Amino acid sequence: MDSIITEATALETVWTLVGSVDDIPVLGSRVVRTPQGDIALFRTAADEVFALEDSCPHKNGPLSQGIVHGHRVTCPLHNWVIELATGEAVAPDEGRTGHVPVRVEGRSVALALGEAKLSRGGCRKACGHV
Amino acid sequence: MDMHLSSNNGPVVDRNEAEQRIAGPAKERLVVVGNGMAGMKTVEELLAKAPGRYEITVFGAEPHPNYNRIMLSPVLAGEKTFDQIVLNSREWYDANGITLLTGEPVEGIDRAAKTVVSQSGRVVSYDRLLLATGSMPFIIPVPGATLPGVIGFRDLADVDAMLEAAARGGRAVVIGGGLLGLEAANGLRVKGMDVTVIHLMPTLMERQLDPSAGTLLQRELERRGIEVLTGADTAEILGDERVTAVRLKDGRELPADIVVMAVGIRPNMALGKLAGLDCGRGIRVDDQMRTSDPSIFAVGECVEHRGVTWGLVAPLFEMAKVLADRLAGGEGGAYTGSVTSTKLKVTGVDVFSAGDFSGGEGTEDIVFRDAARGVYKRLVLKDGKLLGAVLYGDTKDGAWYFSLLKDGADVSAERETMIFGQGFGGADAGDPNAAIAALPDSAEICGCNGVCKGTIVKAITDKGLTSLDEVKAHTKASASCGGCAGTVERLLAVTLGDGFTAAPTVKPMCKCTHHSHDAVRAAIVDRGLKSMADVFQAMEWTTPDGCASCRPALNYYLLCAWPGEYTDDYQSRYINERVHANIQKDGTYSVVPRMWGGLTTASELRAIADVVDKFAIPTVKVTGGQRIDLFGVKKEDLPAVWADLNAAGMVSGHAYAKGLRTVKTCVGSEWCRFGTQDSTGLGVKLERMTWGTWTPHKVKLAVSGCPRNCAEATIKDLGVVCIDSGYELHVGGNGGLHVRACDLLVRVATEEEVLEYTGAFMQLYREEARYLERTAPWVERVGLDHIKAALVEDPERRRDLNARFLFSQTFSQDDPWAERAAKGVDRHEFNLLAEVG
Ligand SMILES: Cc1cc2nc3c(=O)[nH]c(=O)nc-3n(C[C@H](O)[C@H](O)[C@H](O)COP(=O)(O)OP(=O)(O)OC[C@H]3O[C@@H](n4cnc5c(N)ncnc54)[C@H](O)[C@@H]3O)c2cc1C
Ligand code: HEM
Ligand code: SF4
Ligand code: SF4
Ligand code: FES
Repeated sequence: MDSIITEATALETVWTLVGSVDDIPVLGSRVVRTPQGDIALFRTAADEVFALEDSCPHKNGPLSQGIVHGHRVTCPLHNWVIELATGEAVAPDEGRTGHVPVRVEGRSVALALGEAKLSRGGCRKACGHV
Repeated sequence: MDMHLSSNNGPVVDRNEAEQRIAGPAKERLVVVGNGMAGMKTVEELLAKAPGRYEITVFGAEPHPNYNRIMLSPVLAGEKTFDQIVLNSREWYDANGITLLTGEPVEGIDRAAKTVVSQSGRVVSYDRLLLATGSMPFIIPVPGATLPGVIGFRDLADVDAMLEAAARGGRAVVIGGGLLGLEAANGLRVKGMDVTVIHLMPTLMERQLDPSAGTLLQRELERRGIEVLTGADTAEILGDERVTAVRLKDGRELPADIVVMAVGIRPNMALGKLAGLDCGRGIRVDDQMRTSDPSIFAVGECVEHRGVTWGLVAPLFEMAKVLADRLAGGEGGAYTGSVTSTKLKVTGVDVFSAGDFSGGEGTEDIVFRDAARGVYKRLVLKDGKLLGAVLYGDTKDGAWYFSLLKDGADVSAERETMIFGQGFGGADAGDPNAAIAALPDSAEICGCNGVCKGTIVKAITDKGLTSLDEVKAHTKASASCGGCAGTVERLLAVTLGDGFTAAPTVKPMCKCTHHSHDAVRAAIVDRGLKSMADVFQAMEWTTPDGCASCRPALNYYLLCAWPGEYTDDYQSRYINERVHANIQKDGTYSVVPRMWGGLTTASELRAIADVVDKFAIPTVKVTGGQRIDLFGVKKEDLPAVWADLNAAGMVSGHAYAKGLRTVKTCVGSEWCRFGTQDSTGLGVKLERMTWGTWTPHKVKLAVSGCPRNCAEATIKDLGVVCIDSGYELHVGGNGGLHVRACDLLVRVATEEEVLEYTGAFMQLYREEARYLERTAPWVERVGLDHIKAALVEDPERRRDLNARFLFSQTFSQDDPWAERAAKGVDRHEFNLLAEVG
């Protein structure tokens, strides 16, 4: 018979439960500590959750401490603006920080740490900054 | 009707009319459990596709024929009668040869025997069984939730219970500010009850609306006399024999004659579970609506499809179509999920939302606000396609947006103009100027003053107008809120062609608005705007929730304008002010306890030394502000560090704040041979009076005991220099990048006067300077004469300013460290969400 609900993705992706959406302030952030480094989880006004490496592509500022607006966060150290979905710095700045796939089910938040595209920050201007 | 009861030891087949009506031996038997919207939609579709194919029996738990559940809200509000919302009368069932058994819930399924048994013991056999049992109100598990007087909002019995209560008058508390809760609240209010809505989230209908639209909705409901408490968590429902009140977790008690629970729904899958069907959050079905038993199907709110449960009729109807097709013998399409839209059914309130706002790479917001008409529209686009729409106050284009959204239409060509609605674009939709050219002369441009396009164009051509200001002067268009200024400029451009160059306008606060700091501030005060969402709407912000530049400024302006009323929005504060410590370049923090007037004691120093040892703080430095800075404290340690400092009587030094930092003093007459007055004592008094205040930028004070000025008082925001005859007050000084010596404001004779002038100066600065403008540039911008006029030449104004300052201080002098160290405020700021791996 036809399958009922296929959970094809479940075989490949390991989702790690890290908490509830409600644990993260609206337009705020919380940190998850992992062996790959700190991951900042952000919650937008519309209750979406995004996860980025907690490290600004500029000089590794802690993005979790920034101000969240729309789908972006402004770094607390020198005001670079980073896209929550991709970790990409908004022009005119250039650079990208790592991001981690997030799944929200009900109010539970899970991360696919295995799928994380973590960089060590690093700006593309090739001036040697990390 | 045959009412004998079956015993538990086996089904007693009831040979009543259902069995006897068999028309032919070949007819398959379809049994439907649930006489609601999804089940009967399936039957209707099936009858249309394959009339007479099945012998159909419908069980309904409710004692009514099938009715339009979503219209229960208008029934409650008295806008419709029950008869008007009946979908299929009993005659219809008869005419279609359907056996309808109302008031008769099914209690069990015997999958092996292929029979169902009802509460009354009736057993009916099926070849195919359809479960359409809907859902039940979710009742939050608080004490008292089962008391009489606690009502759900699901069926006609609930509506009858509410109407009965409303007839007695009194107070209703509705728990849940979603669609159902608000429709219930409105109905009860219309029926004359005093209604309070308790909502857990910060804004209403947060699933469907963004905070901007949610706030507009709240204001409208409040205008209609419904009290709305957001961020309110129910602790307990009180009462002995029936409800008398609801108690919130913060201790507030709300008297209540009835409580309506409308916090959500729970799929009604008990029957499926009991029968051993695969269930998750609902009865699991595949794309053909089949459960794990191939003879049993399910549709409606009771199902879980691809991990999703639904609570609106549109998806259920889509399911019903697919299933009807399948039951009619067709291969059927597949149900693959739905895109939904929501409309609130409260007469006179237009709210629409569709699609989803989960952005992601490359999503883009288009926001339109018309403050005068109370309109808010937001579209979310991605890759040239519409992803979601929220409309408030003007929903006539909802259906258009919804169809664009469902079809995944490419809207990049209409991007610039689609926010104005369908048909605005005309032929050349991509060009906003062309769109404006295409508008009819009767199109209203300025909503405030009711000026239409024809009037403006005529004025431009007849009177030879060339600038926005001239148009304003001649037609009043854009003379009030200025929201249409952009459109008027486009009209000028369209009418004059190359003859028009846009006038330089005031510098906007940030990219989210075309209004200046000063205009926004004035509006906050003059128009009584008391929340960020109110400002966004009234001043026509073009973003849904501002940016990192305007939000901290607005938070400050609101805090300053509405002391005690406005709740500080910590997510709009820069990190240092949010966690009450200064972030350092390595992500650690510095901690600076207050030392009043630069004075300290042995026990304070000992406590600081102990903290340094205990938390292995790497650097300890004496600041230029006469106190001690502890550098390199880990964020997680902050509350513990503060607790120890608090225990020794120290409080936050606000070294991180746009607020009062320090009051630097010299030793003055107490020890110094030149001292004329007690500069240290005065400094302590000034610091006790001014600490904790929030200001546009940081503020530093100083008091020197004689004109030798050891405390460098003449490069401070406000410096006091003591002289034999009294005190000199100097203002607007600054060290730093651009050194500016103070201007002498006034000489006074007594400490009392110093304190009054200081309070008044602080308040004038708080009320007039722009956010992030220090006193030095502010004094230069407005001129010393302006400040003298307010403070020196107008004693009454000085007293008022000082009084306002002292009033606002009554709300700001709580030590933020103590709140966090001892009372657990904002605990989430200092703890990890999780540690994994
Ligand atoms: C007040 C109100 C306003 C709404 N407004 C809207 C709106 O504006 N837009 C929108 O899209 N949706 C709205 N909805 C939601 C919409 O009504 C539901 O999505 C829809 O009715 C669900 O259809 P259903 O057939 O799954 O469940 P129901 O219509 O609830 O039908 C299920 C029926 O099964 C019966 N039943 C349950 N168990 C048994 C059993 N064991 N045996 C026999 N019978 C049983 C129940 O008594 C019920 O009559 C509203 C709902 C309410 C309550
Ligand atoms: C250009 C703008 C300035 C910036 C960005 C700046 C930044 C800072 C920062 C970040 C701190 C806090 C250090 C910490 O505790 O972590 C600080 C403290 C201090 N700054 Fe500045 N500063 C500026 C201008 C000035 C000026 C003009 C002066 C003096 C004339 C000054 C004097 C001080 C003093 C005395 C302290 C210690 C204050 C205290 O005890 O709370 N700063 N400054
Ligand atoms: S300012 Fe005057 S009173 Fe104060 S320490 Fe210096 S010399 Fe003494
Ligand atoms: S002078 Fe410069 S380096 Fe020193 S504390 Fe101030 S801002 Fe930092
Ligand atoms: S480290 Fe983020 S902006 Fe500099």
